[in-house]
Amino acid sequence: MHQFNRLFARTILGAGLALATLVAPIASAQAADQFIVVQSTTSTQNSGLLDVILPEFTKKSGIEVRVVAVGTGQAIKNAANGDGDVLLVHAKPAEEKFVADGEGVKRFDVMYNDFVVVGPASDPAGIKGMTDAKAALAKIAEAGSPFASRGDDSGTHKKEQALWKLAGVDVKAAKDWYRETGSGMGATLNVAAGMDAYTLTDRATWLAFQNRGSLEIVTQGDDILFNQYGVILVNPAKHPNVKAEAGQAFIDWLIGAEGQSAIAAYKINGEQLFFPNATATN
Amino acid sequence: MQDFAQSFLLAGGLILEADPALVEIVLLSLQVTLSALLASALIGLPLGALLAVTRFPGRRALVVLTNALMGLPPVVVGLLVYMMLSNAGPLGVLRLLYTPTAMVIAQTILITPILIALTRQVINDLDQEYAETFRSLGVPAPTAIAALLWDGRFSLVTVLLAGFGRAVAEVGAVMIVGGNINHVTRVMTTAIALETSRGDLALALALGLILLTLALAVNALTSLINAPARMSGNVRRA
Repeated sequence: MHQFNRLFARTILGAGLALATLVAPIASAQAADQFIVVQSTTSTQNSGLLDVILPEFTKKSGIEVRVVAVGTGQAIKNAANGDGDVLLVHAKPAEEKFVADGEGVKRFDVMYNDFVVVGPASDPAGIKGMTDAKAALAKIAEAGSPFASRGDDSGTHKKEQALWKLAGVDVKAAKDWYRETGSGMGATLNVAAGMDAYTLTDRATWLAFQNRGSLEIVTQGDDILFNQYGVILVNPAKHPNVKAEAGQAFIDWLIGAEGQSAIAAYKINGEQLFFPNATATN
Repeated sequence: MQDFAQSFLLAGGLILEADPALVEIVLLSLQVTLSALLASALIGLPLGALLAVTRFPGRRALVVLTNALMGLPPVVVGLLVYMMLSNAGPLGVLRLLYTPTAMVIAQTILITPILIALTRQVINDLDQEYAETFRSLGVPAPTAIAALLWDGRFSLVTVLLAGFGRAVAEVGAVMIVGGNINHVTRVMTTAIALETSRGDLALALALGLILLTLALAVNALTSLINAPARMSGNVRRA
């Protein structure tokens, strides 16, 4: 029986060594360069924008940017927990509240694009070509055509809620035509394509989205569909772990000439996805 | 449905050209999951065996609990680990959030109950054969546990594979605690989720096929190593 004990000890020892070798490269990879964590929204990632512009910043500054792409609601929550250095999202009222609560230092405009209403080509609610977004939504409700809502407290979801309110439609009381997916923009577009539903999406995600099925843009061009992105340094006074210097360097680059022209240069199929507007307002 | 054919072509292409981005993601997947498997094996195998051979008040309840915990939803594990590792959480000072280590922790928590529960069952069955002998020889419990684990090693490999499969395939936990950060915490499953949300279903499915191939390779390798060993083991025992 002694041999079993020895064998057992050897196995434990071997497993321990193996664990050490497995974890070691992980640890060393982290020690590499200086990095910051940016809490951002799925639209900036899914559109491919960040994949293109971030390497330019890293090349210049030596600071690696690690992006956590979630819904705006979750991004703000994560940042308020101190789990990020910079917040890059698109829900201005919520961003201003974030700063007012002392969680963030200062908010800067970065860029904008717009929201569009997409729907099935058959257009059961008959809203194709309309430019009045709230009237279009009212017609969807009236017709009882399926509408896929993010339902996840994201920037897009907040915008959609505001639009329903303006349209005078109480979606909480809505019957089965109003369907909350509780997931990201891409997932919601997949759902909408699958059930021939209307949905509200930011133009960037839409342009980059490949599984459109019969979906097409039915309503666009309303001023109210304006979609502003803002950037905020998480407050180091409240969250001591925040890398204030590196984070601010990233913000300065993003709203400076180089970042702004990198944003303007990003196109899919010749179409510009985001329009820089930092200098105009800051 | 040309997506299916396209996916197979894409998957084949990606594997053949050993796409560097893909290689990185595959290696990180393996690294994270194997680390988690190792950690939970160190915890789960001895605990499972202990639960099988010892008798104490509340043991039944513990067995039921570990069996139930096999059904832990990954997203709940992810949320709990996030709340622990967040800078606003009790372990925030460790600065582990959004690192592969956080993903290893989440997967370890996820599969340890599986390893405990299945090991307990395997060892329990063996113990019924040997209990009498051990008692008459006065074998101490640690020695008995080591002997039983050794004797059940072939069945335990299957237990480990069950843990591996669960860990390598889950997305909910690693998405939350890892953050799906490119080049840092992006693994196969989170990459699949990302491509799905981009609407690139063909690429998503291609990555899924590669993940499946990976699991198949691990299982085949285990089977190859196991088969001759099992045979010689049988000969010795005979």
